[in-house]
Amino acid sequence: MRTIDLSKSSLRELNEDLHRQNSGANESSWEILNPRGAHAVAVGIDAPISINVKGSVGYYCAGMNKQAAVTVHGSAGPGVAENMMSGRVVIKGDASQYAGATGRGGLLVIEGNASSRCGISMKGIDIVVKGNIGHMSAFMAQSGHLVVCGDAGDALGDSIYEAKLFVRGSVKSLGSDCLEKEMRPEHHETLTKLLKDAGLNGVKSNEFKRYGSARKLYNFNIDNADAY
Amino acid sequence: MTYHNPSTTPRKSWTFDDYALSEIRRAAATGIYDIRGGGSKRHLPHFDDLLFLGASVSRYPLEGYREKCSTAVTLGTRFAKKPIELKIPITIAGMSFGALSANAKEALGRGASIAGTSTTTGDGGMTPEERGQSKTLVYQYLPSRYGMNPDDLRKADAIEVVVGQGAKPGGGGMLLGQKISDRVAAMRNLPKGIDQRSACRHPDWTGPDDLEIKILELREITDWQKPIYVKVGGTRPYYDIALAVKAGADVVVLDGMQGGTAATQEVFIENVGLPTLACIRPAVQALQDLGMHRKVQLIVSGGIRTGADAAKALALGADAVSIGIAALAALGDNDPALNSEYQKLGTTAGCYDDWHEGRDPAGITTQDPELSKRLDPVRAGRRLANYLKVMTLEIQTVARAAGHNHIHNLEPEDLCALTLEAAAMARVPLAGTNWIPGVNGSGGF
Repeated sequence: MRTIDLSKSSLRELNEDLHRQNSGANESSWEILNPRGAHAVAVGIDAPISINVKGSVGYYCAGMNKQAAVTVHGSAGPGVAENMMSGRVVIKGDASQYAGATGRGGLLVIEGNASSRCGISMKGIDIVVKGNIGHMSAFMAQSGHLVVCGDAGDALGDSIYEAKLFVRGSVKSLGSDCLEKEMRPEHHETLTKLLKDAGLNGVKSNEFKRYGSARKLYNFNIDNADAY
Repeated sequence: MTYHNPSTTPRKSWTFDDYALSEIRRAAATGIYDIRGGGSKRHLPHFDDLLFLGASVSRYPLEGYREKCSTAVTLGTRFAKKPIELKIPITIAGMSFGALSANAKEALGRGASIAGTSTTTGDGGMTPEERGQSKTLVYQYLPSRYGMNPDDLRKADAIEVVVGQGAKPGGGGMLLGQKISDRVAAMRNLPKGIDQRSACRHPDWTGPDDLEIKILELREITDWQKPIYVKVGGTRPYYDIALAVKAGADVVVLDGMQGGTAATQEVFIENVGLPTLACIRPAVQALQDLGMHRKVQLIVSGGIRTGADAAKALALGADAVSIGIAALAALGDNDPALNSEYQKLGTTAGCYDDWHEGRDPAGITTQDPELSKRLDPVRAGRRLANYLKVMTLEIQTVARAAGHNHIHNLEPEDLCALTLEAAAMARVPLAGTNWIPGVNGSGGF
């Protein structure tokens, strides 16, 4: 295992080291100590490596991640795993705004709560939040799945496209063009797999409601202008 | 006795002119605002309102075709390990695959590469055709993040964080369903045929403090190799440029309201933003006040048509200019040879701006396979290269006439203004005086 202490090494040295793993000379297990809220920790990785960050991180931890499994043993600032392509990112604490923003693949698990705009503009990522999520989550969400074991804030799924949202608790309000949809067998199957992947074996898919696009705003119609 | 009452000539209202009335009728009939492409069409103070003074006894010129006048520009010298080296001070502005056909994007890459300059992706991601044909390619990082991925980020030569554009500062984009082909839909991860909205704000940052952290992330992902540009629409240029510099930009791109868009509301294009001429001096002032002029490079766009326009922008302090609408015209957009086809679309050559409808007879602003085939990317690329060469020769011509051996030695003192408005905006004297309205009070000379 390779250990990098951010109280002794710079962020640049850390990311440069991690990017060297792209070429195949893989050190498969990494530990990052003393992140102390640093921004852009472990961004742009493209290698099947495992990284444990021992502490809380600032903005954009694991941004644009490919392949790597990143676990933050603390909380994450805004934009954790933004535009993730593949791999797995786990936040043991809470996540700030824009968690998983524009993500295109992989799995983001937030074991605490996520703030506003969780999954904004998501494009294929799967996000599982064990706690609650804030307002305007899944805004303009294009594809992928957002699973919330707790409650969702205001305007969930505003202007949503084809992403699928599963919420176990209450939804304070739905955004424009988002509505509750039937949980069909394929949705139970997908949700069960996502819960299992996130390590939530005791939670059942039939405890959730599904939300998605009403598809009324897909093509502009002046009679829908009041929706905005 | 009968009195003959002579008739008066029918008089049209200046206020309710033919265009205003037609727009009222159109709105009443459709219930929707007008959407179109391009930039502001209204008459605005522009580079036409400035003149170069040339040389005489007080300043001597350089010999045309003999004495050197360099046009090379380096962009991104502040932080990037690999700055962009261009042979000419004219770049191709960001235009998306989706808004433009694949052939048009390829033609832009070919033309720019022949001329020794860069081209830029747009709101739809990077296509292999474009990367393959562009020696130097700037990758736009936009609010929609359509197609965004770290592999393309690393393939780019520079990254342009787009905050706004001159045609619609503060507005997002819209690619209407009729232009969403299978390929465009797949690149953007959205269903075919729906209207695709591009957000007006970035999804994971707001404000200059966040932008600084976002730029840090992009630099870390790309190992500090590539210049990071920040593009803004002309609104409050002094503050916007100062904040972009503070956030860590290597290059700032400033787009005035004559700059084009693929599609937005007419009301936005014609009523929001600053004319390009009014943007440059406040931007340069911000750079100078921060001690960053020529260290953070300034690219100006919006209504650049000729080498003279470019030279005037350079003289006002820009490091380079960028062209979009002019580049499309060079490829063949709005060509009078296609006039009969433009008339079938209810318009005429030179006026066609319904680029969002995807029916462009020139095969440029379309995704229709048959229309797209009309544009030969090799021939169109050559036309663009020719045009860029002419612009460069024109810039050199006026720079030599002003006695400069590098285009960056052009300066405001080389210019005078024909109108009070242009004098005030460009902060150069009204022709024949030393009066700069808003700067000094004397009428002199």
